[in-house]
Amino acid sequence: MPVKDVVTVLFMLGGFFLFATATLGLLRLPDFFTRLHATGKGDTLAALWSLVGLAVYHGFTLTSAKIVFIAVFLFLAQPTATHAISRAAFRCNVQPWTMRKGG
Amino acid sequence: MIDFFLILGVGMCVLVLFCLYRATCGPGVLNRAAGISAIGTKTLIILLIMGVIYDRVDMFIDISMVYALLNFIGTVVLAKYIEGTGEA
Repeated sequence: MPVKDVVTVLFMLGGFFLFATATLGLLRLPDFFTRLHATGKGDTLAALWSLVGLAVYHGFTLTSAKIVFIAVFLFLAQPTATHAISRAAFRCNVQPWTMRKGG
Repeated sequence: MIDFFLILGVGMCVLVLFCLYRATCGPGVLNRAAGISAIGTKTLIILLIMGVIYDRVDMFIDISMVYALLNFIGTVVLAKYIEGTGEA
């Protein structure tokens, strides 16, 4: 197995692990802001690692450059979308979950 | 190597099914929007994995790029609309 394939497998498995943890947080955490905290960060880094793995698999080509462009765009867009939707929730008076209210 | 990508794609599809629970049954429209955004990110990676499996990445990469743009714009527009209505 060449070194390139080993690096690809490691990055893709790390990305899959982060996707799995983000999905677990989306399903199991108690309220909206905590769920957004899980997916907003977990999905961004997971997508970045998966895209880096695919770019390494393709070597130095135009496809690889496009994959890197998607990674850069996603790294800017995903936190912006998360911020916009959490600000919408905050302005709609969604109460954050605290320990005292139980749950 | 194709087998690895095949198994990874199936695993990602299972994760999308779990996210679909939050997108359909989640309490309120904001939880649904968060679920849809998570599904969109996973779909982008699944499209690229499908491109590797079919050996047509040069075609699938453009679809994936458009999907990333649409997912971002859709989430931001939905957030602005919910913010304008003033009730979650």
